[in-house]
Amino acid sequence: MDTILSILNATLREAIAPNTAAVAIAVIGLNIHFGFTGLLNIGQAGYMLLGAYGMAISITYDIPLLFAVLIGFVVSFVFSLILGLPTLKLRGDYLAIVTISAAEIVRYSGRLAAFEDFTGGSQGIFGKDYQGPFISLSFLGSGRLTLLEFNYTDVADGARWVQVLGLIALIGAIVGAVLLLRSLKSAGGAVLAPMSSTVRSALVAVALVLGAILTVVVPAYADRDTATDIFSRVVAFVIFTSIMLAVLFGGQAAFAAWKTAKGRKAVLAGVLILFAVLAIFFTFPKTYDRTGVDGWWVRMIAWFIVGLSCAVVFLLVRSPWGRLLRGVREDEDAMRSLGKNVFAIKMQALIIGGMFGSLGGMVYVLTGTVQADSMGRSLTFFAYTALLLGGAATIFGPVLGTIIFFSARILIREASGAYIPDAIMTNSQTEQFSYVVVGVGLMLLVIFRPQGILGNKRELRFNV
Amino acid sequence: MLLAPLALLMGAPPANAVVLCLAQADQTGCVTGTVGNRANPVEGVDVSLLDADGVEVDSLTTEADGKFSFQVTEAGDYFVSVGELPDGLEVRPPAERFQGPDGSIMVTVALGGSVSPDLNVRSVDFDAGGDSFGDQIIQSIAQGLRLGLLLALASVGLSLIYGTTGLSNFAHAEQVTLGGMVAYGLCNVAGINLWVGIVLTTLICGFSGFLQDFVMWKPLRKRGLGLTQMMIVTIGLSLAAQYAFQFFVGASQQKVVVRNFDVVELGPIRLTGMSFVAMGVALVAIGIVGYVLLYTRVGQATRAVSDNPALAAASGIDVDKIIRMVWVVAAGLAGLGGVFYALVVSNGIRWDTGMQILLLLFAAVTLGGLGTAFGAFVGAIIIGLVVELAGPLGAPGDLKYAVALVILIVLLMVRPQGLLGRAARVG
Amino acid sequence: MSETTVGMADPAVRRQLMADVAQEPGSAKPDSILSVDNITRRFGGITAVDVNHLEVQRGMITALIGPNGAGKTTFFNLITGFDKPSSAGKGAHWSFDGATLDKTGASAVAKSGMVRTFQLTKALSRMTVMDNMLLGAKDQRGESLMRCMFRPIWSGQEREVEEKAAGLLERFKLLEKKDDYAGSLSGGQRKLLEMARALMSDPKMIMLDEPMAGVNPALTQSLLGHIQALRDEGTTVLFVEHDMHVVQHISDWVVVMAEGQIVAEGPADTVMANPAVIDAYLGAHHDTDLGDDDLLDEGADLGPLSETAADEEGSPPPESHDEGKHA
Ligand SMILES: Nc1ncnc2c1ncn2[C@@H]1O[C@H](COP(=O)(O)OP(=O)(O)OP(=O)(O)O)[C@@H](O)[C@H]1O
Ligand SMILES: [Mg+2]
Repeated sequence: MDTILSILNATLREAIAPNTAAVAIAVIGLNIHFGFTGLLNIGQAGYMLLGAYGMAISITYDIPLLFAVLIGFVVSFVFSLILGLPTLKLRGDYLAIVTISAAEIVRYSGRLAAFEDFTGGSQGIFGKDYQGPFISLSFLGSGRLTLLEFNYTDVADGARWVQVLGLIALIGAIVGAVLLLRSLKSAGGAVLAPMSSTVRSALVAVALVLGAILTVVVPAYADRDTATDIFSRVVAFVIFTSIMLAVLFGGQAAFAAWKTAKGRKAVLAGVLILFAVLAIFFTFPKTYDRTGVDGWWVRMIAWFIVGLSCAVVFLLVRSPWGRLLRGVREDEDAMRSLGKNVFAIKMQALIIGGMFGSLGGMVYVLTGTVQADSMGRSLTFFAYTALLLGGAATIFGPVLGTIIFFSARILIREASGAYIPDAIMTNSQTEQFSYVVVGVGLMLLVIFRPQGILGNKRELRFNV
Repeated sequence: MLLAPLALLMGAPPANAVVLCLAQADQTGCVTGTVGNRANPVEGVDVSLLDADGVEVDSLTTEADGKFSFQVTEAGDYFVSVGELPDGLEVRPPAERFQGPDGSIMVTVALGGSVSPDLNVRSVDFDAGGDSFGDQIIQSIAQGLRLGLLLALASVGLSLIYGTTGLSNFAHAEQVTLGGMVAYGLCNVAGINLWVGIVLTTLICGFSGFLQDFVMWKPLRKRGLGLTQMMIVTIGLSLAAQYAFQFFVGASQQKVVVRNFDVVELGPIRLTGMSFVAMGVALVAIGIVGYVLLYTRVGQATRAVSDNPALAAASGIDVDKIIRMVWVVAAGLAGLGGVFYALVVSNGIRWDTGMQILLLLFAAVTLGGLGTAFGAFVGAIIIGLVVELAGPLGAPGDLKYAVALVILIVLLMVRPQGLLGRAARVG
Repeated sequence: MSETTVGMADPAVRRQLMADVAQEPGSAKPDSILSVDNITRRFGGITAVDVNHLEVQRGMITALIGPNGAGKTTFFNLITGFDKPSSAGKGAHWSFDGATLDKTGASAVAKSGMVRTFQLTKALSRMTVMDNMLLGAKDQRGESLMRCMFRPIWSGQEREVEEKAAGLLERFKLLEKKDDYAGSLSGGQRKLLEMARALMSDPKMIMLDEPMAGVNPALTQSLLGHIQALRDEGTTVLFVEHDMHVVQHISDWVVVMAEGQIVAEGPADTVMANPAVIDAYLGAHHDTDLGDDDLLDEGADLGPLSETAADEEGSPPPESHDEGKHA
């Protein structure tokens, strides 16, 4: 039992790691490319690398963080233009070949001794050279923080059975939520009713006020020792307001949905998911620095950006613009015959998805170094696996897919390390074995469940 | 299923000279690296790791693969110190920020991660440049032709697969690696005669193509899986195969045969005798494929399938049989290419040898026009020449590969259908 | 609606207008909306299209007929910017509604008001029928990347477009399919969807590549009504069709292509009596097979369709005609 719990613990650590969030952001971008528009971009890691270089190099030249991030975006924008101009008029295969080539060119160039002054050559740029501005934005204070503060150790002195019970509750909640969601899916149709504009404005106003209050209160509570600068306040305000917006709109939607039987099911599923998250952290509490280079601060920001990205993608793809993307994915010539500028649409999609890619890259390097080889082809392939696992052309599929992908790999590695004797598989072989399983998993996934976890099976009946 | 023959051959993984350090989160960190580079590792060099105060933590002597690996339990700055190198070699001074005392190289270790020092070895007379520029160019052209012909072995198959099935096979590079790996197993581990080994390797690789088509591709075609999905399947296969190679053979470079080949001088051209053999064999093999495609019924049928599979099937051609044959030939040629590549270009085979040239293969196929076998041949030769000439003409390091890709991108802008391809019909 | 199209609903006016037009390949029209000069397209050795001059009269239904492989589809592709003539830059010139299209790309051609359908339908399979329709609408505010994230900006227009789409789907008998994936439609339904989708943009001219192929007779009948109604509202129609009854029934003018060239032009009855056309395309016994006529007449109080007078006195079936009016 102990082994199982420690394996699960390691799995969870990976699931909430900042790098997982970073890749999730890049996968969200890839979803815009591949899932919605059908662009075969096999160079997403190149976008990540460029975003990371753009930000990190700017910061080493004392450019403020905000502008450094913007520079990262601009670099990826230019990269999209360079990739798109020659290829977007051509057949899809060419984009695939050009993107993968271009990503490799970026990687080779980054490693080049000639650019060592900027990119640090094959060693890369060390985190300590660019992490400062980001860390100093933190309003979480110093010291360490355990999530949840109330956890299994507080019940019956942390006896084993408490943890086992937590695990059972967790599994129960997840199974329940999945069953509910499945029954919803087969029912089809929308659950949400449109919201009146007065309600909407009222909710936004409340969220702003609550956000402002929290901005003042939380840093004080967190016992922040350094002087809080204005940017830190702004960041805190944005984060708190967004969270409040999500809570209020979510609550309102739940309240409205409660009136129908189907809506009640959906709300119940949501509650179960929340409960599952609590159960996870109750059973496997995690302790990190509040701020630090690898603490809660970077985790919080990373996952916050993931949430924000999902919201943006949702707003984008439910609009007529999103419809254009799907139209291009289905048939470019048909879209041309309807007077749509296919090239421009594809270019826009490439740029937007690429920006998410570079944002992912920036988050990816927050805890480590900007090292060219860490964002190579295999990372792109992982991104595809994660995307297909979660379900292409869905909103949450990329996030779910990435979390499952990374945790499953750790699960496989740890489990085979723990249960397979060294004579059969050495420690380093378990690492490789986990990747083999990932590769084979990708194949099986595409063959047997091409729509992924959240995808729509109905959509896939028509091969184009 | 790719691995079945490998697993049989390898038996147990070869004992690794240097115990690979595996970083565990929050507990250990690693300092790893290679003296020399993958193609030319330096053996018998003392490498030691000093902590921030200059106290030696650990030391070792490199083996044939030139690798070193240290494990530490505390994060922080360390120094890697390299002992006496063989005559004619020296350590290139690292970038200023990594320079430690007495020529050592600083590394910053974090727990749970692995770092490599900025260690580069070069020959003492690295900038003396003995040859005249003209001679260098001629030498590069010879090397370019050699690389081009070996690339052609693989890219013709890649192109045939694309032509007949529409599939961009990302795992084709692993077929190349498989060739080198099987040859390493046969010739180095099992000690079979090199020539017999090469023939056997080609056959085994061809069989792997047959098996793949039989077990996977044909059923998938029957299921009507979309081409994009199939392509992603090849990506998965490529990933699985790469790590499977690592699993069985380890992460280090392995030589197909231990001995070195004699160098033959032809005027300014200096290549190993084996290189000439490789080029000859490649030419003959590609010639045979070309002859078959052009002048035999099977070849005609293959071209018909490439043109229009439905029509070909309707006119009585057994499309599945043709495609299976294409897979066998493609995998066999790639394997053959892999053996020679390991023998004469990369000085050994490693799990990612194929991946290194995958892009060159795609570049060659695209350059020639997707799906035309002769285009792929022409494209491969061009790419080979470009890659080898880029060095003497001023492209540093790995950027020579990038040059080939840049040329590809530029060509696509001018001639989207490739050199020998043709445009498709709308509506 | 331009001046000349006023009164186009009246067959007598149309006949009158075309009476003076020379019945020979490349003849000038009183008010041409599309005019084409010197386009050739070669594929390797064969010349698929070689048109010296062609004009299409505004506000009328023009049929383009010719044997398989005559180059009709290729001609469509060239005109609509999906293909480039081999003669580009060497005298090739074509213009639509006064604007030169020599270098215009396919989407810009469609935007300028000339919308086409495809012989091999291009339904957007993994999108619903409704989404397919919505894509057809022009100038949608929500299609701009800058504005699409703010729903209030586009929701009003979206509702209007949806209503219009529902109206068209109703006409084409596809309304109950609106939430199905287009990929699940039958071949004929796809043809209908494609036509309906093309109409979403209120084109000045619609080019239909074999719109009736695979559509059942009753629906063909009602579609013919729609096409005529379109014409009556001022839309120019150019269509390719192999069914001579259809051609005779609705076309005001017929252009015959063979081996890439325009070989004859004229009203349906005259053209079909042309020995060259009979020889190259119709075959000697084309007028003995009247099987389809019976079907066409079935259930519709059409005037008798005679071989010699493809006049338009007869109105299309009442129900479809009515629907056509309120669109
Ligand atoms: N992309 C292409 N490559 C080669 N030949 C082509 C291409 N497109 C068309 N052709 C040839 O051009 C000629 C004209 O074809 P097109 O499709 O225009 O005929 P069509 O008049 O539409 O015939 P149908 O009535 O059967 O639809 C044919 O001989 C065809 O084979
Ligand atoms: Mg046609």
